[in-house]
Amino acid sequence: MEERACNNYSDILELLPYASPFHFVDEIESLSANSAKGSYTFPEDAFYYRGHFPGNPVTPGVILTECCAQIGLVTLGIYLIKKDHDSLGKDDFRLAFTQADIQFLSPAYPGQKVHVVSEKEYFRFHKLKAAVKMFDESGTIICKGVLSGMLKLKDEK
Amino acid sequence: MDQQHLDRLKKIIAVYLPEDVDQGAITLTSDLTSELNINSSHLVDIILDVEDAFDITLENDDMDNMKTVEDALRIIKKKRAESTE
Repeated sequence: MEERACNNYSDILELLPYASPFHFVDEIESLSANSAKGSYTFPEDAFYYRGHFPGNPVTPGVILTECCAQIGLVTLGIYLIKKDHDSLGKDDFRLAFTQADIQFLSPAYPGQKVHVVSEKEYFRFHKLKAAVKMFDESGTIICKGVLSGMLKLKDEK
Repeated sequence: MDQQHLDRLKKIIAVYLPEDVDQGAITLTSDLTSELNINSSHLVDIILDVEDAFDITLENDDMDNMKTVEDALRIIKKKRAESTE
């Protein structure tokens, strides 16, 4: 499978349909037909730390899951669609997160940088299913699991 | 043979039924999405399970044409006939 080298994947990053405060991808490190790798740093002043938990900030599991989905599922899915639709624009596709089975193994704290790696299980009939893992900078695993979503062009049924 | 196919298909569909839809609701004319309330993601799960159970390969068109249980049986029958030709 081809892997695009010497590329910061800015074209894929620009197609991500998210905005602050719900944008959890800083960098795409690699993308291929079967896998994605990227990173994100949880901002120390992120809104969710005010309530999770007061005086004891730790990144909520739902945010870790979303970060895994944005890097591991959505960037990979957009890459796979864009391979066949070179002129793909931000408004040309729709997506829905449909399933998550995640184990949370160690905490991620404010200011922490994480890496997400995903491996595609399949992309068929507009459904992308991938195994994902999130690591901290030292390689300690933060969470892992399997995610699925539907990703299709706007004019597809 | 058709009854066997129907029984197998019903077992596959039953796994993905929403909690508020009873297995008894699965009939030949049941519409998978509008009547059995199966979402698009689970419809793909059903298609993939059907492929494995009946040893066939389905295409996007097949999924588009698979509106009801009856449609699914017809497509399964056709695909199995093609694969043994």
